[in-house]
Amino acid sequence: MASDAEQGQLQPAPESFLPKDLVEDISRDGINAGRRSLLQGAFAAATASMVAPALMADDDPDIVNLPSWTRSLGKPVVANPYGQPSPFEANIVRRQSPGLTRTDQSSVSFTPLQNLFGMITPSGLHFERHHQGWVDIDPRRHRLMINGLVETPLVFTMEELLRMPSVSRIHFLECGANTGLEWGNVAVPTVQYSHGMLSASEFTGVPVSLLLERAGFDRKRATVLLAEGADGSSMTRTINLENALDDALVAYGQNGEMLRPENGYPLRLVVPGVQGVSWVKWLRRLEVGDAPWATKDEVAHYVDLMPDGTHRQYTSIQEAKSVITAPSGGQKLLKQGYYDITGLAWSGRGNVEKVEVSVDGGRNWRAARLEGPILPKALTRFHCDWVWQGEEAMLQSRVTDSTGYIQPSRAELVQVRGTRSIYHNNAMQTWRVGADGEVHNVQLG
Amino acid sequence: MSSWAKALVLWLCAMVMTPWTLALPEGLDDLGRPATEGEVAAWDIDVRPDFVGLPPGSGDVWAGEEIWLAQCASCHGDFGDSNEIFAPLVLGNITEDDIATGRVASLTDPGVTRTTLMKVPTLSTLWDYIYRAMPWNAPKSLSPDEVYGLVAYLLNLGYVVDDDFVLSDTNMAETQARMPNRNGMSLDHGLWSVSGVPDVSGSACTTDCNVSVNVASSLPAYAMNAHGNLAEQVRDWGPYPGLWTEPAAEPEQVAAASAAVEAAVAPEAALTAGGCSGCHQMAGQLVGPGFAAIRAKYAGQEHAAYVRDKIVNGGAGVWGSMPMPPMPAVDDEALQQIVAWLTSGEE
Repeated sequence: MASDAEQGQLQPAPESFLPKDLVEDISRDGINAGRRSLLQGAFAAATASMVAPALMADDDPDIVNLPSWTRSLGKPVVANPYGQPSPFEANIVRRQSPGLTRTDQSSVSFTPLQNLFGMITPSGLHFERHHQGWVDIDPRRHRLMINGLVETPLVFTMEELLRMPSVSRIHFLECGANTGLEWGNVAVPTVQYSHGMLSASEFTGVPVSLLLERAGFDRKRATVLLAEGADGSSMTRTINLENALDDALVAYGQNGEMLRPENGYPLRLVVPGVQGVSWVKWLRRLEVGDAPWATKDEVAHYVDLMPDGTHRQYTSIQEAKSVITAPSGGQKLLKQGYYDITGLAWSGRGNVEKVEVSVDGGRNWRAARLEGPILPKALTRFHCDWVWQGEEAMLQSRVTDSTGYIQPSRAELVQVRGTRSIYHNNAMQTWRVGADGEVHNVQLG
Repeated sequence: MSSWAKALVLWLCAMVMTPWTLALPEGLDDLGRPATEGEVAAWDIDVRPDFVGLPPGSGDVWAGEEIWLAQCASCHGDFGDSNEIFAPLVLGNITEDDIATGRVASLTDPGVTRTTLMKVPTLSTLWDYIYRAMPWNAPKSLSPDEVYGLVAYLLNLGYVVDDDFVLSDTNMAETQARMPNRNGMSLDHGLWSVSGVPDVSGSACTTDCNVSVNVASSLPAYAMNAHGNLAEQVRDWGPYPGLWTEPAAEPEQVAAASAAVEAAVAPEAALTAGGCSGCHQMAGQLVGPGFAAIRAKYAGQEHAAYVRDKIVNGGAGVWGSMPMPPMPAVDDEALQQIVAWLTSGEE
């Protein structure tokens, strides 16, 4: 496409350039060859008169030569009835890690943390983890059943659930296998793949405690809930009743709108602080029980192998973790000078109390600035000023949560758990900044 | 009750908070209705390790093999050992000794591929999962008898049961007592409860900390592009452009990528750049007619030459008195896009 300079800054409104008598003439008799040449002459003159002023050496052409969007009528409302990101943001999308899974239905897509801001993940960029594909459910035909150790097994329609008292809360959602590829060694290049099974949303729904109360659950015997999906996998997970009564939600809202289908439309379980697999999507049933179910994703997957050959079962809580999202692996610093090191911190046991940042691989630390609001079991954005003078640097972050727990280094974590447990890797992340400005994922040892 | 099961019960009891009550708002009892027995039966298909929920039935290894070959082998392999689509279910890493102790010894060996049968402590899980979620593309199409047969076949592949074995609701418990890794699960951790005790703690050191800063692991150069060109996976105009990891030359590729972005936004970009949107809007008359009206009138390839001529040379009298001037600012590429769009007839 021709540049603005080549186009000669043509002004669009034709009536401004045409002599009044010519317009009248054309209107009366139409265009003939003579009038066409007159018309073209008029436009050529207009074009010539509108060429931009000469650029001086220090002038920014993007300022001096007014760009086309400054000189034209913009698009009308509802050109996009559901708004879309700018086409210039086309790189910022969910991505799969090649070779991680061999089916696209039982697979993962990762959130592009490297380019996001604040503490909320846009719904369309929320990571995906499906076990047997995702489904489009007609909300008019969706039901939630509550059974098991209750006075009366109940069935709710979506209409009824939306009539019930609701709450909206911001929480993070992290897959238990997030950073799982990095247990043994560096395996992926960017924070999208190393930490991108992490998202956060404002969820709206009905407290599970209210529904259990409505069903008259057996307080003496109940210890657990089974959550079950309505998709083909009808995925099941055992939920600790402690979580269910404390802050779990049966959620239909996400960031002010309904859940996206990939995230469980029209209903999902929200279990703040607990790994994503327990946040059962397309939720159709909650069963109150007195013993755990040892479901497929509690014995064959989502069990953490320890060095002695035992598997830790029912590992659920996501312990405190943080990561620098920018600058981060696969990026490049183009020039020396000021940078805002920024990242995310979170804890499944409460609030982020403190985040510290090191630029020398953990030898020296300084406190990062935390952005409010700091909410329990939510992402907290942190910032740390940094002036890069071209030296090699090792960037790390370390979170302390409201229980006093301090995020371990990789060495500290591996010493206890070995390198084969797949799940619950909350070790500190290191990004190496080279003298050339290239940022790479590394592990220190 | 096994010692593991006793530990589980004690553990669960310790974890649950003191019972607590919540006052229901008035009128809330009207929301939700009692589920019928048939409805509960239709959905409550879960089977617990104590076999609560297990439907009656039976199936033998041979029947299981037949169903397996027809419905399961295409993903899991004839012997459950395929690693093509899913991780292997059975690979023969289970010994007589494992079955006797209930601990799969090879789980400590990093060189051994972990299979489902090496991990699963509870037979109920296999039954429950196959019944609810298999086969992959037609979940819930298997009968209970077929599931008993399939589970028997899987156990036979792992040498847990003999060739002539018949699995049924009456011998599930005794068969579960032969599961090779039935004692391999641990609840000795702090990750079940929000108030659990962590097993690892980080250091609070802030100054001159004694840590190694040697790089022990990093991505080798040949793997840098394994996830695709990183330059195309970040905001390419921000402070941290992505590393160009594709073998091909960089500058041409960048130009091509940005041209592709421009093409993707056409025809709006072409309409704006060409000055069209100064006089035409999508719907309704502005200075000239709305694009919707033009598109409706000239839908069809046969109008392409005419429309092209009107843009290049201008015209008047078709839509009213205001003349359409020639549009020299519309370059050939934009002209092609605009004409194609105006005559496409697509909504």
